[in-house]
Amino acid sequence: MTVATPETVAVRVPVRSWRSEVRAMKIVWRRDLIRFVGDPTRILAWLIQPLLFLFVLGTGLQSLSSRSTHGVKLTTFVFPGVLGMVLVYSAMFSAASFVWDRELGFLRELTVAPVGRSSILLGKTLGGMTIAASQGVIVLALAGLVQVPYRPVLLLGVFGFQVLIAFTITAFGVMVATTIKQAQTFTNVMQMLVIPMLFLSGALYPISGLPAWLGVLSKLNPLTYTVDPMRRIVFSHLHISAAARHTLAPGVTWWGWHVPVLLEAAMVLVIGITSLGVAVFKFTRTE
Amino acid sequence: MSDLTKNYGDVQAVRDASFAVEPGEVFGFLGPNGAGKSTTINMLCTLAKPTSGTASVGGYDVVTQRDDVRRHIGLVFQEPTLDVYLTGEQNLRMHAELYGVDADLIPARMRQMLDMVDLWDRRKQAVRTYSGGMRRRLEIARGLMHSPRVLFLDEPTIGLDPQTRSSIWSYIRALREAEGTTIFLTTHYMEEAEVCDRIAIMDRGEIVVLDTPTALKKSVGRRASLDDVFMHYTGTEIRDGFSTSGVNVNREIMRAMTKGGRA
Repeated sequence: MTVATPETVAVRVPVRSWRSEVRAMKIVWRRDLIRFVGDPTRILAWLIQPLLFLFVLGTGLQSLSSRSTHGVKLTTFVFPGVLGMVLVYSAMFSAASFVWDRELGFLRELTVAPVGRSSILLGKTLGGMTIAASQGVIVLALAGLVQVPYRPVLLLGVFGFQVLIAFTITAFGVMVATTIKQAQTFTNVMQMLVIPMLFLSGALYPISGLPAWLGVLSKLNPLTYTVDPMRRIVFSHLHISAAARHTLAPGVTWWGWHVPVLLEAAMVLVIGITSLGVAVFKFTRTE
Repeated sequence: MSDLTKNYGDVQAVRDASFAVEPGEVFGFLGPNGAGKSTTINMLCTLAKPTSGTASVGGYDVVTQRDDVRRHIGLVFQEPTLDVYLTGEQNLRMHAELYGVDADLIPARMRQMLDMVDLWDRRKQAVRTYSGGMRRRLEIARGLMHSPRVLFLDEPTIGLDPQTRSSIWSYIRALREAEGTTIFLTTHYMEEAEVCDRIAIMDRGEIVVLDTPTALKKSVGRRASLDDVFMHYTGTEIRDGFSTSGVNVNREIMRAMTKGGRA
């Protein structure tokens, strides 16, 4: 029992309830944002990265393929792909910070508190999601520079997908982070996973023209179903020839069947929730 | 706590440890490296599940009432657990919020804790600019933000200069005066063990002796120091990581016992 002398401010800790969980989630989420906002270098990199992806990569590729795009600028084509890349990198970075928290000891401060570990992971995922999705908004704001019209329906649609994708990729990263406990290993494994996934997702070139074996891999690649719906939304608002649409935004087909955008969204969501579920399972079972 | 046992595979880190700590006591937990001290603390802090046996902290069972134990304990580990990118103030605030401390009381409690460890002036600076001693003091302040009944300190003064060590000890005393907090600490500094109300010495996973520092010294010899007491009970052999000889002899028996305990 606390014997309070006049100058002592004694406090008490309430019994654990759902409120503790909401609080824990909010704290973990907010910590990621505080750290982000308090790091000017990271913010600068965060602002420059989309510009580099879009203009250096997009313009560079343009010189290779001006004929096969049917008059559509390659920067326009890669725009949804760059959105995907930015989201992936940002979300991965947030997931990596979870591994660093473990390595630097701070994770222990969280795991000994009277709160559930699932709340910690959910807060972490939502924090990564928020930062990644805000970075996506920067890319979205550049739409006009690559001949993508600022139409509310387009912007809202793409933004909705961004949030969903940011959630899923962070959850996936957090899942890997609960398995791989060394920060350096995590970075290496992530690079190994992410780079081929990005290449095969249709972010930088259309996957319709790929040889059969790569085509199959790209259809198994979860990132394909994040880039494709964003591209379809963007292209539905462009005035381009049918041939261009057919080449550049053909959609994903399974045995000749066009996968609808909503099914793609549902798949992304399911992958995200499953990843988070696995992460919670691993994190609550070990340590 | 009674008959607390923890196995890691075939290795017994803690074997049938039993003792009771009085409320408001400063309890020193000594032993050579790898004796099982940290494992015992981890079990008491609900970070590790005992293989068998029971323990309660602040009246709550460490296995069945884990959250209640956690509400009433403060922890300062050997390894740092601060977020060095946040300020001292942000670290303390986050901790208090994580424990659900009433938001209206946080500023006053924070002021009091930061004053105690002389870090009030540095509260707005990121922890990465703090020295080792300041970080340790901040960890102690943080561990106390939620007014725990028991504060666990795992080698709180290791690697610190004598000034910081003595100030940490003055906080510990002040704390007991002001809030009646029970202090459970491990240390390798015998002059610090001297200040404890009682000390327990653990070796090879077992509590070998438990008494007041004075009584322990008497038991060993008339002019004995605590160093002598320590060597007397744990031998002079250096060991890092516990030796498993002797433990293995009892392996089969212990296995059978712990199976029963887990059921």
